[in-house]
Amino acid sequence: MYKTPCSKLTVLVSAGVFQRLAENGTRGHLCSRSLFQFSASYPREWITFQHLSFLKRQYVIKNGGGLRQRARPKQEPLSAALEDHDDSVVRQVQQVPAIRPVPALPGAPTETPEREGEAQAKEPDAALEARLERQWKELKVDMADLPGVYARLSKIKLTALVVTTAAAGYAMAPVPFDPACFLLASLGTGLSSCAANSINQYFEVPFDSNMNRTKNRPLVRGQISPLHAVAFAAACGVPGVSLLALAVNPLTGFLGALNIFLYTCCYTPLKRLSITNTWVGAVVGAIPPIMGWTAATGALDPGALLLGAFLYSWQFPHFNALSWNLREDYSRGGYRMMSVTHPALCKRVALRHSLGLIGLSCLGPALDLTTWTFPLVSLPINLYISYLAFRFHRHASRDSARKLFFCSLWHLPMLLLLLLTCKRSRKDPEGPALAPPMSPPLVPPVSPPTPHS
Amino acid sequence: MNVKAAVCQLWRTYHQHNLPCFQTLRNVCASRRTCSANESDSGQPERTGKRSNFVPVASSKHDWIGPPDRLSNLRPIIYHIPENETPLERQLRHMRQETEDWNHQFWANQNLTFSKEKDEFIHMCLKAKGLNRRDENGRKRTLSSEEMAVFYKDFLDKNCTKHANYNKEWYRRNFTITLLMGRVALHRAWRRLTRRRSPVT
Repeated sequence: MYKTPCSKLTVLVSAGVFQRLAENGTRGHLCSRSLFQFSASYPREWITFQHLSFLKRQYVIKNGGGLRQRARPKQEPLSAALEDHDDSVVRQVQQVPAIRPVPALPGAPTETPEREGEAQAKEPDAALEARLERQWKELKVDMADLPGVYARLSKIKLTALVVTTAAAGYAMAPVPFDPACFLLASLGTGLSSCAANSINQYFEVPFDSNMNRTKNRPLVRGQISPLHAVAFAAACGVPGVSLLALAVNPLTGFLGALNIFLYTCCYTPLKRLSITNTWVGAVVGAIPPIMGWTAATGALDPGALLLGAFLYSWQFPHFNALSWNLREDYSRGGYRMMSVTHPALCKRVALRHSLGLIGLSCLGPALDLTTWTFPLVSLPINLYISYLAFRFHRHASRDSARKLFFCSLWHLPMLLLLLLTCKRSRKDPEGPALAPPMSPPLVPPVSPPTPHS
Repeated sequence: MNVKAAVCQLWRTYHQHNLPCFQTLRNVCASRRTCSANESDSGQPERTGKRSNFVPVASSKHDWIGPPDRLSNLRPIIYHIPENETPLERQLRHMRQETEDWNHQFWANQNLTFSKEKDEFIHMCLKAKGLNRRDENGRKRTLSSEEMAVFYKDFLDKNCTKHANYNKEWYRRNFTITLLMGRVALHRAWRRLTRRRSPVT
């Protein structure tokens, strides 16, 4: 999600971006109207340095009165030690990790800002053609690049998040912690997720090419062939599901296979057919913690379903907020998302499920998943996300959508952490109100229960 | 239909100066374009405007992929034709080329239609407000994202069936091509294996 687009520089035409410089107080602060004017007046080493911090992040900012989806690079405020910075203001902008800038020319290599913008129109045709010709690449698989390509193909950051939720599911299960089983379950889940993501990218090549967010994916760029991607998916999926089914337990294996199927054969095609894709996607996100739990206990307990419900409800404020700012791309690409076709529903559902998180937290003690403190300690973060969802519902704008999205990014890890800290101990003297039939007895067992049932 | 003709016209004007050099190239795929079928019947390989003048090095044994096309955002591929190309490989190459062209046509059409209708929508809204397309500084006026949302929804709903049909067709082609690629890969592996074995026997 937080990819740094190190390979691109975008056109800087914003009239309101100012920068602060720490090192050379003698050169003074920068009060230029745009970065390329600045870079023209300073020596090369400054530009290099500025490039480095320049490329760190991309931001979406307001341009005048209108809200535009163009992402502009923001200069990092370097340090507070400046003599004359009275009139240099760093505009506060927020980072939208998923939005890619629209380059001046597609695939344009890094250039000095002077050559971009209006200079682009004046570029002679011959130079333009020469530059385009240089961008032709041989379709040869470079072994050195393969790990990076595979990482991008399998959406490694998303996979890591999925494995984290599965691990949380395992950790929440009321059984002794078995490191071997835990590792196997995590590995199997990770491999299944890699397979599912690869197939998803394999299906979506022309759509990904046309959306700013996704146009640098390996298959779009031709770094590997479609057959290669399918082979990679098979090489991850088959061992992953087999590992889950044979080394952990069949139920977990079944859930892993089900999740791959739901993601590749239901969610991916549905994205272009109907808005129900969001609900299917929420189920896909809810299954990994259930898998972690079943890996530990071997059964679908109410606790597992509650964990799944947390993830299910969380998906809505997360995704609805994200999709709100991508409406143009979705419309042009032909994706049927609630934010485009049913905006009122989009806002309602985000609010509904944010409030639902509060309700689900109260179920924690009721199902003996957590102690009674959990609803209390999770109340602040749940209330905050509900408040942002309420604001989004009342006045859905770029800003409120962004705030809600960012909140959801830290809300989930915090919630999982709180769940783990408030987990009901197995030696709890209060004892469970309802003991699930297949869970182990609360007294420390003589022999540990085998999850490999 | 008008948009299609406009798109074809764009391609033709863009590649007019390309045509002679491509006719002499061995590396260029010989498939015809459905769009330009009515104007070229000499059997010469007709290159479309989406390809630049780029010519891969003659000694290259691989395909080449180019920058995203201006209209369709899809990257064109120039396929390498090996000396001993089997019928299966030729079939695969033709299928890939044809799918690429079909995809390019769809997306170029889609993007052009989208831009055109978006402009019309903005123009209509601004006229309703009594404003000009350009403001005092000569810059184009833009609408807020909430106003544009009406257009996005409308565009999606209008093109619902078209998208669904494209989707079906794209999945079908993708599967067929990948299966064929698998067959070609197995075929090549088998050939390499038998060639290695035959000196021994």
